[in-house]
Amino acid sequence: MRHSSLGGGAMTRLVRMEGIDKVFPGVKALDAVDFDLLAGEVHALMGENGAGKSTLMKCLSGVYQPDGGRILIDGKPVSLPTPRSAQDQGIGIIHQELALMRDLTVAQNIWIGREPRKSFGRLDEAKLNADAAAIFDGMNVKMDPRTPVSSLTIARQQMVEIAKALSYRSRVLIMDEPTAALNDTEIAELFAIIRRLRSEGVGIIYISHKMDEIRQISDRVTVMRDGTYVDTVAAADTPIERIIAMMVGREIQHSDIAIPDLSGAETALEVIDVSRGAELKNISFDLKQGEILGFAGLMGAGRTELARAIFGAEPIDRGEIRVHGKPVRIASPSDAVRKGIGYLSEDRKQFGLALGLDVRANIGLPSMGRHSDRMGRINEGKLSEVARSYIDMLRIRTPHDAQEVRLLSGGNQQKVVIAKWLLRDCDILIFDEPTRGIDVGAKAEIYRLLADLAKRGKAIIVISSELPEVLRVSHRIAVMCEGRLTGILPGGARQEEIVALATKREGKTAA
Amino acid sequence: MTAVDTTTAPRPSRRGTAHQKLLAFASLIALVIGFSLASPNFFQVSNIMAILQATSVNGVLAIGATLIIITGGIDLSIGTLMTFCAVMTGVVLTWLGAPLIFGVVAAIGTGALSGLVSGTFVAKMKIPPFIATLGMMLILKGLSLVVTGTRPIYFNDTPGFDLISRGSLIGWVLPGFPVPNGVLILFLVAGFAAWILSRTVLGRYTFALGSNEEAVRLSGVNADAWKMAIYALSGAIVGIGGLLIASRLNSAQPALGLGYELEAIAAVVIGGTSLAGGRGTILGTLIGALIMAVLTNGLRVLSVAPEWQTVVTGGIIIVAVYADQLRRGKT
Repeated sequence: MRHSSLGGGAMTRLVRMEGIDKVFPGVKALDAVDFDLLAGEVHALMGENGAGKSTLMKCLSGVYQPDGGRILIDGKPVSLPTPRSAQDQGIGIIHQELALMRDLTVAQNIWIGREPRKSFGRLDEAKLNADAAAIFDGMNVKMDPRTPVSSLTIARQQMVEIAKALSYRSRVLIMDEPTAALNDTEIAELFAIIRRLRSEGVGIIYISHKMDEIRQISDRVTVMRDGTYVDTVAAADTPIERIIAMMVGREIQHSDIAIPDLSGAETALEVIDVSRGAELKNISFDLKQGEILGFAGLMGAGRTELARAIFGAEPIDRGEIRVHGKPVRIASPSDAVRKGIGYLSEDRKQFGLALGLDVRANIGLPSMGRHSDRMGRINEGKLSEVARSYIDMLRIRTPHDAQEVRLLSGGNQQKVVIAKWLLRDCDILIFDEPTRGIDVGAKAEIYRLLADLAKRGKAIIVISSELPEVLRVSHRIAVMCEGRLTGILPGGARQEEIVALATKREGKTAA
Repeated sequence: MTAVDTTTAPRPSRRGTAHQKLLAFASLIALVIGFSLASPNFFQVSNIMAILQATSVNGVLAIGATLIIITGGIDLSIGTLMTFCAVMTGVVLTWLGAPLIFGVVAAIGTGALSGLVSGTFVAKMKIPPFIATLGMMLILKGLSLVVTGTRPIYFNDTPGFDLISRGSLIGWVLPGFPVPNGVLILFLVAGFAAWILSRTVLGRYTFALGSNEEAVRLSGVNADAWKMAIYALSGAIVGIGGLLIASRLNSAQPALGLGYELEAIAAVVIGGTSLAGGRGTILGTLIGALIMAVLTNGLRVLSVAPEWQTVVTGGIIIVAVYADQLRRGKT
């Protein structure tokens, strides 16, 4: 109803961006980028991390000001000096890192800045909630507008963001990696909403790294690389390999996993009957030197909880952990590091990086002892040399090793975390979603790195929500469901076997 | 369309701090019962009134502090601002001989103006609140001494000024309930602040700023202007605190003030408002201020040395915040 005026105009060009430039200190983030969006289409925007997708969209949503080029809306040049001015032009954005106020309710979040008022600045709470409810009705989503946002799942919070964008009567909806934290059911719900909006004439810009999603949902694909425009193609008749090649500028070769013979290898880690509350129930497994053990399962299956328990970040109620055959009590993460266990958190910003420090310092953080003298003075030259070798090895895109980590793109930040633990030379490494938000080209390198590390005798645990990734890297695959280890499969197991174990609820047998 | 009943709409503050408030309230009751059993002199009307009277200044200051803390900020200038407001009242009433009402306006206006200045430092100049208000604390302390020439200003020429705090409007209407005006003013201020927080746009943005300032900005709200408004309102409330202390002492003491900000922040924290911002209640702060007053009074009734009272107050703050941590189940 709110988009009725645009319903029929499938060919209406809503947005045109021409020759957009954007310069940040030390980086040309956008170089003469073109982009356009039609009414009633889903236009995927793809590119490796640091390609400039988010920057381009921030220019369109009034967060950044372009240094060159122009933006046309409905054929007329506009300037978008503030987020508010973009909203007034009907441009809504759902940020990658959700921009909600957790302590406020759903309705309060949606109408922030535009609260219906009574006299004396009083809020009209009834109208606020009723208007929010009407938007959710239009989206066909069940949601109590009075729920505090902090009690919602990420997927539900995303619905709130979409409702908020729609509340501006947006004709252009920008979604920056909306499915990054969603499970399959939630993704299906999101896609249903996207399709409904598209049929109502909304133009949707969809940023994602997931190829299968792009094929499912988008009409056209625009690819960016290193801050430049590469090409725009129709999604239906472009092979995925070609899109990837456009993104990385080269072809990726796939290789099957070679499972090494580990019969003579020493056992590095044994987990025996470990339990905590309802999160971990009687988990037992072992891990050999030179082995990569993948952990598959749905979100909330307890994989991260298990990793944090092994790493000493959270206590265990019962059970035993042995490192190289010796029972150990791991009371804290620093305890774990001393015993040779390294952990790469899935949330790199919160747990993995000191954002204000430079690349060199971040890489060296856990290994300062080896790069300083007895007086505690840091050998900057040595540290810089080592850091540069990892920057080369992992192809971390940074002007130099003294760049602050917060200025790097997400994927490059993740590479810094990996470099940190590689340098620390831990012999048991736990990777929790090692390629989350990382581009296709870098993923292949990280897989190769994991294999190299295993060859050098490291014992490796890889937790991943992407089944193809688990299959790609694992020598064995452990599957968890609702806090229990439901089975361990050999590498190269069939996808269906893993899914059956991942959904094997207590008291039921797998179908 | 679903009809939504506004009376059941949750205030954003209520959920997160309900337990803490209950805990704080239970502690308050326990303290009152404990002291009553320990000493027959404690639970007397005159002593209860003394406790309430003692709560009034710290309570009003703590309400001002609550507003700032909910935005995720902190205000260290509260104590010396209180004094400066009292001094300005003295200037207007005693030196200029203006009518009483101008003294009231001077206190509240000085507070609001100073809050606006702090708010400008924080919102426009992006100085961290701790630093901005630390600077204001010293500036205001110095100004009080400069203006008065370090000598107290007495209100002997302004009849009725002491009644602002010490008179009892309620006792005059309802003999037998000699609630001092200072306490009445505390509750009026509390009611007003609670209304602002729960019912008005300003209150909504107070919570929103503390919850996710960037999100507020991205929503197209003029976050800076609203933040300055909150600091100004907080300053005005501190101005009322300045009026109360001047009335109670019947003088403006320029050397007074330092340390009051910490007592106010302590009351806020004991009342369950999160220093991280986004959550907090005025009721919690009132209970927090009462706990501190009951403790001080009770220990005095039991003849505990004042030095030890301070030690106990400090311990209570640690215990209150630790209890909150335990409840959240995080370290």
